[in-house]
Amino acid sequence: MTEREILEGRVDRTEEGEIEFEERLEAEDRMVLNMGPSHPSTHGVLRVILTLNGERIEGAELDIGYLHRAMEKIAEHHGFHKFIPYTDRWDYLAPIANNMTYVTAIEKLLGVEPPPRAEALRVIAWEIGRIQSHLLGLGAFAMDVGAMTIFLWTFREREILYDLIERICGARFTTSYARIGGVDRDAPEGWLESLRTFCLDFPRRVDEYETLLTRNRIWLDRLEGVGVIPKDLALSHGLSGPNLRGSGVEYDLRKEEPYCGYENYEFDVPVGSRGDCLDRYLCRIEEMRQSARIILQAVERIPDGPVCLDDYKTSIPEKQSVLTRMEELIHQFMVVTEGPRAAKGSEFYFRAENPKGILGIYAVGAGTNRPQRLRIRGPSFMNLSVLPKVLPGHMIPDTVAILGSIDFVMGECDR
Amino acid sequence: MTFWTDVFWPAIKILIILNAVLILVALLVWAERRISAFIQDRLGPNRVGPAGLLQSFADLLKFIFKEDVTPGHVNKPYFVLAPALAVMPAMIALAVVPFASTLIIADVDIGILFVFAISSLGVYGITIGGWASNNKYSLLGGIRSSAQMISYEICLGLAVIGVFMLSRTLRLQTVVEMQGDGIWLFGNHYGGFAKILDWNVFKQPLGFLIFMIAGFAETNRLPFDLPEAEQELVAGYHTEYSSMKFALFFLGEYAAMFVMSAVAVTLFLGGWTLFGLEELGWFVQLLIFLGKVLALLFFFIWVRWTLPRFRYDQLMRLGWQVFLPLGLLNIVLTGVLKLIFKV
Repeated sequence: MTEREILEGRVDRTEEGEIEFEERLEAEDRMVLNMGPSHPSTHGVLRVILTLNGERIEGAELDIGYLHRAMEKIAEHHGFHKFIPYTDRWDYLAPIANNMTYVTAIEKLLGVEPPPRAEALRVIAWEIGRIQSHLLGLGAFAMDVGAMTIFLWTFREREILYDLIERICGARFTTSYARIGGVDRDAPEGWLESLRTFCLDFPRRVDEYETLLTRNRIWLDRLEGVGVIPKDLALSHGLSGPNLRGSGVEYDLRKEEPYCGYENYEFDVPVGSRGDCLDRYLCRIEEMRQSARIILQAVERIPDGPVCLDDYKTSIPEKQSVLTRMEELIHQFMVVTEGPRAAKGSEFYFRAENPKGILGIYAVGAGTNRPQRLRIRGPSFMNLSVLPKVLPGHMIPDTVAILGSIDFVMGECDR
Repeated sequence: MTFWTDVFWPAIKILIILNAVLILVALLVWAERRISAFIQDRLGPNRVGPAGLLQSFADLLKFIFKEDVTPGHVNKPYFVLAPALAVMPAMIALAVVPFASTLIIADVDIGILFVFAISSLGVYGITIGGWASNNKYSLLGGIRSSAQMISYEICLGLAVIGVFMLSRTLRLQTVVEMQGDGIWLFGNHYGGFAKILDWNVFKQPLGFLIFMIAGFAETNRLPFDLPEAEQELVAGYHTEYSSMKFALFFLGEYAAMFVMSAVAVTLFLGGWTLFGLEELGWFVQLLIFLGKVLALLFFFIWVRWTLPRFRYDQLMRLGWQVFLPLGLLNIVLTGVLKLIFKV
């Protein structure tokens, strides 16, 4: 039974249909294993339906949507500002990076530009998000392959990053740090210095993870040649981020279409060659080092100045002046209750290189303070789409290794 | 006469050793959690009793009072039988482990054969548990474990043949005594600290290596913990088990680890001997023996929290294509060297 037939045979999604399908396969000595939605290594609520011959996988089908929260529809019913907290919940392993991407897209739609200091802070936020996300991705990946200690080691560094995030925006996880026209508030005193200390120390910590994994014979045996995604398959399925680069395609939006001043920073884009799990792992490891490098540069030459536009038609005025001055008070009231309006028919598609891949926001203005349509291109959705092609022929232990190496997050896939 | 020597004293010994080992196993669980915590930059259980020492006993109490859920779709007789089958072999194998020169329950002539015969029964508990659970993950875990344990038992057996070629007996007490009587080199007898070189680990390094690796596989410890690989099979063969039944599987696993370490110490690391200190009496011998076992157990724990897990087919290939030929090679080498040096 080929994978194609399985897919075609699974039209009937009712419970009876699934049971009938399972019985049909079992008559052919195949076992149907329902992996997920609550399985230790499906990282959230992904459901993979595997057709097994012994432990060998003959067919794989993904069932997504268990974390669907209608994010795009919600966006149509909230003002542009009010939607920012929702962006924390897309890729919830790098909330601060989502904030930045969403807000930059809306700014492009409205036609405003943040001040230079805000841009530098945004670059820092993006890269902090990348380190955070890759750290957890690495930890969970290693844990799936059986090396549990890495997972807790990455938590040391994540803890430091969460502390830093807490100091700059008050929340550890649901950051909502971006504002249209800039960021919520300036970095507190000593914050940039702490960040610098962390980034100087961080490459050494990455080396530490590598001592446990990169040259470990078992780790290499488990990853080399497993879950190979060839170049053309990666491109045809719209993969992005480290998964695409692991397959040997040198494509990083920070280099291809620089935004927010990324063209001013020096960094390398690691690229794999074979497209197996090991390449994706090595890409992520190197990207973390490069992110630390970018943050160091950003901290070094962050310009002085305001962190938010003083155009009060789009941006919230500073709190102190709201408390003391009449005009700012009115503006604050208007921005919070009403918010900026996007011209009817205006549209913009902005995409940024987020930790998991390309996060795209397509926004259409309706002439009101809400978008006509807000389309979110979640990279995890595209990255997962390649699995039915990659999984067959592998074994169950490879499944978890491949899932871990793809490093998806269901909050962003299902939205 | 017969009652006292054949029934009463053995019964007392069994009671003492069994309980002591059970307590040791409980402490072993605590040690595993503490050591893993220190490896991972955590603290681990440190609230119940001094340094958390009583944590395992608290857990045991909890297990006893938990509701014993038997899912509706299981094969009940086998489902109940499996945990008992899993825990028994390790307990029985303790009978021939020489804790000290006089502290051994049954000093039988076929000691090591007995250990292998009994501990190979352990696979039944796991396989039956996996099958009776009527759950796909459990079944996969059970199948994996039967394949794995059978393959590695062969390696385990081959690894120790070299030892018995040297000692010319299967009696464990004799194997220990022969490791503690010093070495003969160029006609001179060396005692004292040189006695350590008499240990089989130095005479049979390859055998020791194979034995330890096969031991990891035999006790289902990482990097060979495939039957219960959490990230793949949820909890493997004991997915459906809860309460005390689960605790029995757990206990069986740790007891098997203890027995495996004890056998390794007996065969390769000189058992209860150390620099002639064993002449101070049985209590010192016991301490020496336990100290060595604990050191090995620490090694078991250390490895578990450092290495990733093998894949099923890699594990089988390693067993049949690497360790089996190596084990045979070890036997041939031992025979040839024996002929040359006439020992």
